[in-house]
Amino acid sequence: MSYFVQLLEICLSTVKDVIPIALIIFGFQIFVIRRPIANLKRVLIGFGYVVLGLALFLLGLEKALFPIGRLMAEQLTNPEFIRAWNDGPTDTLRWQDYYWVYIFAFAIGASTTIAEPSLIAVAIKANEVSGGSIGVWGLRIAVALGVAVGIALGTWRIVTGYPIHLFIITGYILVVLQTIKAPKMIVPLAYDSGGVTTSTVTVPLVAALGLGLAETVPGRSALIDGFGLIAFASLFPMITVMGYAQLSEWLDKRSKSRQRLTVQS
Amino acid sequence: MIGSLRDLAPIILVIGFFQLVVLQQPLPDFIGLVVGLFCVVLGLTFFIFGLEMGLFPIGESMAHAFARKGSLFWLLAFAFALGFGTTVAEPALIAVADEAAQVAALGGMIEDSEPSRHGYASGLRYTVAFSVGLAIVLGVFRILKGWPIQYLIIAGYILVVIMTAFAPREIIGIAYDSGGVTTSTITVPLVTALGVGLASSIEGRNPMIDGFGLIAFASLTPMIFVMAYGMVI
Repeated sequence: MSYFVQLLEICLSTVKDVIPIALIIFGFQIFVIRRPIANLKRVLIGFGYVVLGLALFLLGLEKALFPIGRLMAEQLTNPEFIRAWNDGPTDTLRWQDYYWVYIFAFAIGASTTIAEPSLIAVAIKANEVSGGSIGVWGLRIAVALGVAVGIALGTWRIVTGYPIHLFIITGYILVVLQTIKAPKMIVPLAYDSGGVTTSTVTVPLVAALGLGLAETVPGRSALIDGFGLIAFASLFPMITVMGYAQLSEWLDKRSKSRQRLTVQS
Repeated sequence: MIGSLRDLAPIILVIGFFQLVVLQQPLPDFIGLVVGLFCVVLGLTFFIFGLEMGLFPIGESMAHAFARKGSLFWLLAFAFALGFGTTVAEPALIAVADEAAQVAALGGMIEDSEPSRHGYASGLRYTVAFSVGLAIVLGVFRILKGWPIQYLIIAGYILVVIMTAFAPREIIGIAYDSGGVTTSTITVPLVTALGVGLASSIEGRNPMIDGFGLIAFASLTPMIFVMAYGMVI
């Protein structure tokens, strides 16, 4: 019963999020374009499915995954837990001692990105537009890898306390260099994939991890150092998506030149 | 359904492994966990179904209609409304703005009282929403003109780097994060369909090269505007 009430509540708040979007779309359609919407009934049913789907998705996450994920982030960053795995008598923890945190950050970053609905949407579209040459799974795995590396590096930054802008600026320089080299087709999609990775699933879990770390590591302030993980998670997918395109282009070239060699000989 | 289950399998494995092997604790509330996971799988299935039925077609058909109509003003007005309207009510943004107000109060940039914090947070929210609206306008304009995306985005990064040097230290982390939180699950498919639809209905534009990139603008401009907000106030 309580599930049902909660589902209704979440449904209502999702509807509230959708209303401004629907108003803009239908307002412009009616007053500016002045043409009836093709397949209006189908589109409305589609909107209904999206709202219901998002509400169920959020309810399930709130019930099943977020509580345990948040608890886990707290427990893993707890200094006592970290000492228990490192049987040294030393009181001060070195950055290496936090290895379970980095592994968790990597694993949770990759796995939540795979399930991110907006990334699935962009991957479907990219596959359609590219005529199948960009695989849905190839793109999703490339982005997931980027988020994983980004978040793992971000937690390491919180532990060591290096300033965030050094990492971000280095990342930008890498993005610029790759932009020059990478196939032209992939560049806009790679830039987009930075923004789509961080929404419903990733942000709550990652924020809990960042805040937990910033609170327990001595010398860090939750307000200043707790932020920034999301920025890492949106920077690195650009690098890995362009890397994925570069790699597949290189493999393609190599296999073609091999073929040519065998034909010649 | 099976596809959605496969999408979720990695999360279940990661959480299960850390709970049982690393933290060595039993899974709490097993039945609740299974019911919750069932909801997530069902929800993801519905979402993808509705995406192909409602969000993608409406985004593309509006793009085609605007291209046929040929009115630049209304197209850009629509782009701005879509960016501003979907961002201003975004729950993730509201949360980030409140946290930013706390940081600002602690850092002594504003007075530490309820009304001044509230004013700071809503000012920030409208700033970010405005910047996203502007980003979509700029992105749509780029598609119409066929400008290569990298010059605009790289120029934006250079601006971010320069501003980082001058912005108050407390605001930097939040500014960087605000780029990522502005694009919600419903906005992304709509905006993507709009861009691809526009690029495919204008002659001489390639939907792959020109159609994508709107989200990239929407995650870049908030960083610039949030830092500017921190510098001005």
